[in-house]
Formats: sequence, C-alpha cells, structure tokens
Amino acid sequence: MTIDWTRNETLVALVILAFGALAALSDPGFLSIATLTDLLRGGIVLGIFATGVLVVLISGGIDVSFTAVAAFTMYATAMVLNAVAPWMPWWAALMLGAALGAALGAINGVLIAGLGLPTLIVTLGTLSVFRGFMLTFVGQRQITTLPPGMREFGRMMLVRGENPDGSIWSLHAGILVTAGVIALTWFILHRTLLGRQVFAIGGSEESARRIGIPVRRVQFLVYVYVGALAGLAGMIHASMARVANPFDLVGLELSVIAAVVLGGARLAGGYGTLTGTVLGVALIVLVRNSLIVLGIPSTWQSVAIGLLILIGTGLPAWQARRAARRAA
Amino acid sequence: MTPLPAPRPLSRLIGSPEGRLGIIAVTVFVVMAALSPDRFLSAANMTSMAFQFPEFAILALAMTVTMLTGGIDLSVVGIANLSAIVAAMIMTRLTGDGTGLVLLALAASLGVGLLAGLLNGVLIAALGLPPILATLGSGLIFTGLAVALTGGSAVMGLPPAMAWIGNSTTLGIPTPLILFALLALGISLMLTRTAFGVTLRMYGANPLAARFAAIDVGGMLVRVYVLSGALAAVAGMLVMSRANSAKADYGSSYLLLAVLIAVLGGVNPYGGYGRIIGVVLAVLSMQFLSSGLNMLGVSNFARELIWGSLLIFVMIVNTRRPRA
Repeated sequence: MTIDWTRNETLVALVILAFGALAALSDPGFLSIATLTDLLRGGIVLGIFATGVLVVLISGGIDVSFTAVAAFTMYATAMVLNAVAPWMPWWAALMLGAALGAALGAINGVLIAGLGLPTLIVTLGTLSVFRGFMLTFVGQRQITTLPPGMREFGRMMLVRGENPDGSIWSLHAGILVTAGVIALTWFILHRTLLGRQVFAIGGSEESARRIGIPVRRVQFLVYVYVGALAGLAGMIHASMARVANPFDLVGLELSVIAAVVLGGARLAGGYGTLTGTVLGVALIVLVRNSLIVLGIPSTWQSVAIGLLILIGTGLPAWQARRAARRAA
Repeated sequence: MTPLPAPRPLSRLIGSPEGRLGIIAVTVFVVMAALSPDRFLSAANMTSMAFQFPEFAILALAMTVTMLTGGIDLSVVGIANLSAIVAAMIMTRLTGDGTGLVLLALAASLGVGLLAGLLNGVLIAALGLPPILATLGSGLIFTGLAVALTGGSAVMGLPPAMAWIGNSTTLGIPTPLILFALLALGISLMLTRTAFGVTLRMYGANPLAARFAAIDVGGMLVRVYVLSGALAAVAGMLVMSRANSAKADYGSSYLLLAVLIAVLGGVNPYGGYGRIIGVVLAVLSMQFLSSGLNMLGVSNFARELIWGSLLIFVMIVNTRRPRA
C-alpha cells in the first residue's frame, strides 16, 4: 500500500498520531480506555453534524444553520413529547427529531434550490430565524425533566468497565447511531445515483444541469438530509446531556465545518471523503478535550483549531498553486 | 394595466435596490413613529440611536468592501475584539499621562487591525485560500488570542479619556456618528473616484477579465482585507469606548448583522455591485427597526428572528428582479 503524502487525510492522521504520542509522553495515563471512550463520546454528536456538513460541502454549498436546527428540534421535541406523548419509545423520539429536522432543512432547501439564493447568506439568515423563533415562541427555559424515552436512551451504554483506580468508564450507545449515519451516508454517496449526482453538482453545477441531472431536486434533498441529521444529533445531544438547553449547540457550527474542511473536503464542492471527515472530527475532539494534557491551557483551543484550519488547508492550496505554476 | 407609461421616476426608484431601501427606511421610520410617537420621535431616542449604530455600521462597511470583490470577511468581530483588548491592556498595564497613553493604545489597536487584515489578505491572495475559509480560520485565531490574553474576562478600568470617543458630542453631533459619516464618505469616494476602487469592483464583477486586464489582483486583494481589518479595529475601539471595557465575546451578534446590512444595502454577495448609500440606508432601517421594536417591548430573540427573516426576504426580492 502506498501512502499519498499530499492528501489531507494523511496529514491529519499524522497530526493525530503525533498528538497522541506527545500526550502519552507527558501523561502516561493518557493511553487508557477511559480517554478513548471519553473522546468517542465527544465525537458522537460532532460526528453526525460533520457527516451532514460533508454532504453539503460536496454538493458545492455550505450550511451554518444546522446547529440551530438541532437546538430547535431537541427543545421542541422534548417539550411536545412531555406534553402529549410521554409514552413514546426512544427510537420513535429520535425518528421524530430527524423528521422535524428534515422539515426545517426543507425550508433551507426551498430557499436555496427553489429560489437560487446564495447558501451562506440563506443559512446565516435561517440560523437566526430558527433560533429566534425557538427562543421567542417555544421557550427559553431549560427542560430538565426529559420525556422517559429520551431519558432511557441517555442511560443506554454500549459497554462499561472499571478503571484500575476503581472509577467506572462507559461508552454511550449513541456511537452506534453515529456509525450508522456514516454507513448510510457512505452508501448514499457511493452506491446510489443520487450520490453521484451530488458529486457532479459540486464539481460543476452547469455541467450537471446540461447532462440532465435535476440539480434543484438534488440540492433540495441535500438540505433536507442535513436537517434530518442535525435533528437526530440534537436529540442525542439532549438525551446524553439529560437536559434540553435551548442555548446549547449554537456556536459550534464553525468548529464542525472546520473539522470537515480539515479532513480534505473542498469548499468549492465536488470533493470530500468520509474517512477525512472522521479524522477531522477526531482531531477537533482531541484538541477540545486533551489540549491540556500537552501543557497548553484550554483557553488556547480556538487558536489551535484556527491554526490547524489555516495550515491544514493552506498547505495543500499552496502546493497546488506551486505545482500549477511549475506546469505553466 | 394602464395604457399610459408608468411615471418614470417612481419606477426607477422601485427598480434600484437603493430606491427600494429608501422606501423601506422611510416606511419603518413612519410606522415606528406612528406606533409610539412621543417616545420614538423624542430627541433622547434620536441621540441614543445615533450613538448606537456606528459601531456595527462600520463593521458593515468592512464587510461591504470584501463582498464587492466576491469575498467575505468572517473575522471582523474577532479583529474588533482583539484590537480592543490589546488597546485596553496597554491602557491598564502601562502608566503614563492620560492622552499620550490613549493615543498609543489607539495606534496599537489600529496596528493590530492592519496586521490581522494583512494576514487575511496574504492567505487569500498568496495562498489562494477561499475567503470564507481563510477568514473563518483567522477569525478563530483572533478570538482565541483575545480569550487567551484575557482568560475570557473583561478588561476594565480604562482611563476617562477613552470614554470620550464613543460617548461625546462634537458641535452637538455624536462623535461616533461623525466618525461613521467620514468613513462612509471616504470609502464611497474611494470606490467611485479612485483607480483602486474601480479595479476592486471590476475584479468583483469578473475576476478572470480583471486578471487578463493585467490588474495586480494579489496586491488589490491584500489591500482590501487590510482595509477591512482597519475598519474592524475602529469598530472595536467604539465598542470598547461605549462599554468602557474590552472582552473577547463582545458584539458576537454583529457578524450576522454586518452581513445582513451589506446584503440589505444591495451589495451583491457574489461581488461586483454595491453602493455605500445603500449600506447607509440599510443601517438606518435596521436601527429604526431595532429601536422601535425595543420600545414596543419586543425581546432580543424576536429581534434576531426579524433580522433573519428580513435578510432572506431582501435576498428574495433582490434576486427575483434582475438589475438592469
């Protein structure tokens, strides 16, 4: 097997390995199953968000409203379930969240695919519309008593064990949902016509239109899909946090986009891999949770993420530019 | 419907984004004045509005300049806060006589803005990063540095001279308003009367043609983002002066607001078209709306909802009527 050194995936994987090695050197306790499960837990919600963002980036768009969709969905669903359907099982509650998220995503879809408005501006707008609507009309107070279904899901652990010091580690079952979302997205992107169309539109919208791809319909479906994933992620976030806080999640969008871009997806569209996205999420989670292990105070984490974005995307861009100049 | 040709001035007014915006500004003003005449039209409200809007209006000017080239600057709020924090730390850590120290701090904060803009410009022009990505990453760095420098808390205890910029009146006119008017006028002249302004708009309208016309695209882009950084630093100073402190998360809603105002003002986010008069009218509409809603007791969250809806509404109207 040959390693392609110019790919973002390779770079990110190397940075992760270096980070892990340095962290293990400065704190031997870092390499433990407890750290691993903590990091995996941190990647559950972020991973679902990132998968959605990857699909939008591949299609040549950008979505910054997904955190507001997630917050809206988890808050409104928890409230509605408490009021009218506390008997609903956890899996139905998650599906309901995904459905509400898809409906909100459809609003983005209509504005972007139907009316042809620029995606960044539209989703900046809907970010504040969804958030403003929720905080004005739905409520502003935390819901600390979640419906029984969500509480049950919040307690659901995949594996648990005991650390040498007697404390308990556990891995939340939500990681299976994330794995399922990644598998489903892989299937859609690489094994269906729709997936090929998403890549084609991102590569060149005009060419895609000329070979007869229903560009608007595909774009619409992309935003619905991102909305559904965001709704699902919101439900899982609230279940795991055991509280639906309407002020959660919003503000996370740039970190998620950063993770996907670090993984090599192009903002211009047409290119991006799930492997890269997973690695990007892993790196961001590592920086957010474990920077302190390297002796860097956690107040520096957004500087670190910013630097990673600029270096991780600047280096390949610079190499490409140099190669183009040499060829010319 | 009528066989007579429509009256030309009116159709021209509705046909241009600035004309429609003028109508929106006047309508919002009249509606708010009608809903709460004695409070909205009071001298106190007029003065307070004139003190409020210049800080985000200057950020909108920065956004406008970058959007004219088809780019965007997502780091403006980060630059504003970082430069304000550097200035505030100089004023609180160093000792010296009042005015000299304030001038030094202001120069330093402007320097931070210029350097930050230079970084953006180099990333975009020399490395060829998309502006969204470059300014997203650099914005995280600027905000991150602001957090790291202060540990996330506010820097307080500024000298009284600092409060003058944001809170005084000169010849009876609020000083921030004068500052904004001068900057808006200067940028408007720069865009329409200088070679730099023409190349900037030309590049935004058609980057490839500009390149073939042997325009120094790299140098132009660097200057655009340096200008945006400097404007952001000025806005940061106003925020610091009015809040009498500096903090890493001040004005976090201003990024959306700046994009909203630029787009509302008829600036084409794909580049090439936009006039400062439109941006000024958009700022006025937003401020009338904001103050009016505040008087009617509408919450901040509802204002966010209304701003977002307005942004989308204006985009729909501007896109559906192609400009002649």
